[in-house]
Amino acid sequence: MEDHDQSLLKLRFPSQADRLKLVRSAVSEAAKRCGCTAEVARDIVIAVDEACQNVIRHAYGGASDGEIILEIRHTGDEIVVFLRDFAKATEVAKVKPRELDDLRPGGLGTHFIGEVMDEVEFMPSPPDGGNLLRMVKRIA
Amino acid sequence: MIHRIKDENGVTVVAFEGDVDLESSPEARRILLDCLGRTSSLLVDLSAVTYIDSSGIASLVESFQNARKAGRHFALVAVSGSVLSVLRLSRLDKVFTIYDTLEDGLARAG
Repeated sequence: MEDHDQSLLKLRFPSQADRLKLVRSAVSEAAKRCGCTAEVARDIVIAVDEACQNVIRHAYGGASDGEIILEIRHTGDEIVVFLRDFAKATEVAKVKPRELDDLRPGGLGTHFIGEVMDEVEFMPSPPDGGNLLRMVKRIA
Repeated sequence: MIHRIKDENGVTVVAFEGDVDLESSPEARRILLDCLGRTSSLLVDLSAVTYIDSSGIASLVESFQNARKAGRHFALVAVSGSVLSVLRLSRLDKVFTIYDTLEDGLARAG
């Protein structure tokens, strides 16, 4: 496959739950546009949606005036998602999925992300603060 | 998300439609817990749910736990493909009682 690097989507939106439907729709269309199957597109939508939720609920603590920047790139046989926020730096060690045997209502989002994506990592905190999450889905 | 509540011979059926996500899941949670306070048997029809996220799943888990503690019947019916795939991600398809159709659920709940 040609080793290209193309930006598929770049969105800037506030940390508000009512924006996520629009984000999901745009991510799904972007994924399908570069040849992803419906199943792969669904996986990327789940990961982006859950990661945005983590930013809204945990990084910004529910504040509705935070800013989120989402960029999706198509690089070779990978879809690479970057999610940027400007909240206090996340303590990465505390971000971990819970045990599924522990049946309780919360804490599933991080597990979902790990299940549907091939790579998930917090990048070094950007110079102007906040967090940068990188997620990769291989589509070959 | 929209919802409908109906009584089928003493069994309460809540049907959700659309996306059960971070925006709508607090309402879904309130509806389910409210219904559980007024019925001994609750079926949740998920046939028209187009998307569910971890917060929507959390609402179902909390309702399931409340029903179990109170000795009430709680089951999911006619689960759409998109919801089932998310339940499988969390392995909750093995935890919830799930019936293929509303009719099956009503027959078992009665």
